[in-house]
Amino acid sequence: MTLGAYLPILFLVILSTAFAVLSIVAASKLSPRNWTAAKRTAYESGIVPEHDIERERFPVKFYLVAMLFIIFDIETVFLYPWAVAFEDLKLFGLIEMLAFIAILLAAYVYVWRRGGLEWAE
Amino acid sequence: MPFVPPEIRLAGIAPEMALVVSAFVVLIAGTFARSRVNRVYLPALATIGFGASIYFAVSVWGENELQLSDMIALDGFATFCKISLAVFGLLTVWLGSDYLTRDGIEEPEFYGLVLLAVAGMMLMASAADLIVIFLALETFSIALYVLVGYRRRSIEGQESAMKYFLLGAFSSSFFLLGIALAYGAVGSTNLYGNSENPGLAQFLSESASEATGVLVLATGFLVVGLGFKIAAVPFHMWTPDAYQGAPSPITGFMAAGSKLAGFAALLRLFDASLFALRWEWRPLLIGIAVATMIAGSVLAVVQEDIKRMLAYSSIAHAGFVLTGVIATNDRGISGSLFYLATYGIAVLGGFAVVSILGGKDEHRVRLVDYKGAFYEHPALAGALTLFLLSLAGVPVTSGFVGKLVVFGAAIEAGYSWVVVIGMLTSAIAAFFYLRVLVVMYMQEPDESRPPIPVGRAASTVVALTAVATIILGLFWSPLIGAAEDATFFFVGG
Amino acid sequence: MSIDPSYYLALAGLMFAIGVVGTLTRRNAIVIFMFIELMLNAVNLIFVTFARMWGNVDGQVLVFFVLVVAAAEAVVGLAIILVIARRRETSNVDDISMLKW
Repeated sequence: MTLGAYLPILFLVILSTAFAVLSIVAASKLSPRNWTAAKRTAYESGIVPEHDIERERFPVKFYLVAMLFIIFDIETVFLYPWAVAFEDLKLFGLIEMLAFIAILLAAYVYVWRRGGLEWAE
Repeated sequence: MPFVPPEIRLAGIAPEMALVVSAFVVLIAGTFARSRVNRVYLPALATIGFGASIYFAVSVWGENELQLSDMIALDGFATFCKISLAVFGLLTVWLGSDYLTRDGIEEPEFYGLVLLAVAGMMLMASAADLIVIFLALETFSIALYVLVGYRRRSIEGQESAMKYFLLGAFSSSFFLLGIALAYGAVGSTNLYGNSENPGLAQFLSESASEATGVLVLATGFLVVGLGFKIAAVPFHMWTPDAYQGAPSPITGFMAAGSKLAGFAALLRLFDASLFALRWEWRPLLIGIAVATMIAGSVLAVVQEDIKRMLAYSSIAHAGFVLTGVIATNDRGISGSLFYLATYGIAVLGGFAVVSILGGKDEHRVRLVDYKGAFYEHPALAGALTLFLLSLAGVPVTSGFVGKLVVFGAAIEAGYSWVVVIGMLTSAIAAFFYLRVLVVMYMQEPDESRPPIPVGRAASTVVALTAVATIILGLFWSPLIGAAEDATFFFVGG
Repeated sequence: MSIDPSYYLALAGLMFAIGVVGTLTRRNAIVIFMFIELMLNAVNLIFVTFARMWGNVDGQVLVFFVLVVAAAEAVVGLAIILVIARRRETSNVDDISMLKW
């Protein structure tokens, strides 16, 4: 195969990289910077924040629970397609899903026993 | 369209399942007992898991088929890799148990994560679909991110974990882009495919060459992702940092296991599935191989930290194995497998000695700390000498035979000039291995240091790997024979 | 009304390129990680577009797996960054430079 066949790909790579560099540079050079006090505060859906989150620290348990939430939450993404196709999959789908949930359950037991769910010490 | 349940045959992934089950048992059982009890029975549980895994892998030797909707290849190649990986994992667990006791950082997670990482690496070797390769790659990578940062209180450990994580996530996005483009070109992510279902190999055998431009681009991105895992230049930046900051048993495990897993996927993908595209990807891999051999060997010379030096040496070794990959002949594949298996044993042994001599919290890992090591610990220094000679490729060690077979395969394929570069860089590499030996034998220890505790499990690992390095250097034919039997990939029919 | 799939691919290509450039230029670990997530989501868009072009659901199924892997990666990555931030009050990669390249 001749190298000419790769020319469009080369152009695409150059163009998209150039666009990305250009937009990031342009944004940092051209955009006006007038910071007001309101802009500096955290956005909490229009409500004035009660705490200054830049200086105040969340307890580390907060991050731990948030991470555990993300990981267990995203697993449910597999439950939706199964629920939609439940009628067609019949017993086979049920057994497969039970195996999947058993694995999740093992992880849950581990987190529980390890004290990941205890808020207070 | 009525739904037909796929045929479920688990022989192909039984070794992985044994490891995952024992990982869960270890993790949950570990929360029920105190660390004094865990110290004994968690490594024992992990050993049982690896034993079961090896049993399942051996029992399917000689079979050749695709399983689980053509997602898993059950062939000799996968079996050879799985047995080697289980052995690496077993040595890591034994070495780790002494290491954790010495530093007082015993947690059940160590064993659980090593088991899960080996399961991911094994899956890498038998994946017959790009998405399975991706899932396997992420399974062992995520476990390794945590293991690299296992020494939570060490600043080096934290830093290396973060660098490894950021660069690893970056490179796996490129790998994923490669999968997406391959899917766009072929309409499927299967590596093989048949007349009913499309797949990469089947697509290439039928289509005209103009239609494969996107697939070639995809190949480039796949090389980036796998090149990162095998630590090939220019995707090697993480290697010295991660190797230095990780606990030594994990460093050895990464050097042995991560490299074998990455090469397993690379060999299956390029020498089997994308074989028809070899005139497109071979120049790329030759360039990477040459750059890797030169950069790894030259940069290793200036290192003052023994772990960083071994990291650059592992980069150079990735280049040597790549010469077997670009040969694209049976000898290249079996030679690469043999090289990776023997390199893994030698490097695990080397890091076992480094982890013992490092002392508590690994405070003695610089080259100057090895002054006169022979006079303080003759047995350990002797074993380290053997491992370094094997890495340098000196005759009577397994490393010599490994280099002989991969270089022989490359010459057979007509790439003598690559082999010449390989020989020259081997000579440079010999220099920095000898440098360690000079420090150990010819210099006097600075002052009398407190004796270093040597655990029973760790010394067993050193002894086993040392004996294996010698035996494979003298009687290599059984293992080479096994590797040659293992060169059959699944090919349709 | 149907839109030419090549527009989606061009958009995904731009997203991926922005992710690459951002990863290489930014210095804050969390921001770098956000750019990496942008790259992953660009690939997800490519998968969905190709799934539509080929008329099979393989690509959509792959997106599920990518999502789950990305979440697992995010949790481990944020945990690593958090451990460093708690100790040194920074997530700037330039401040974390004890190990030389």
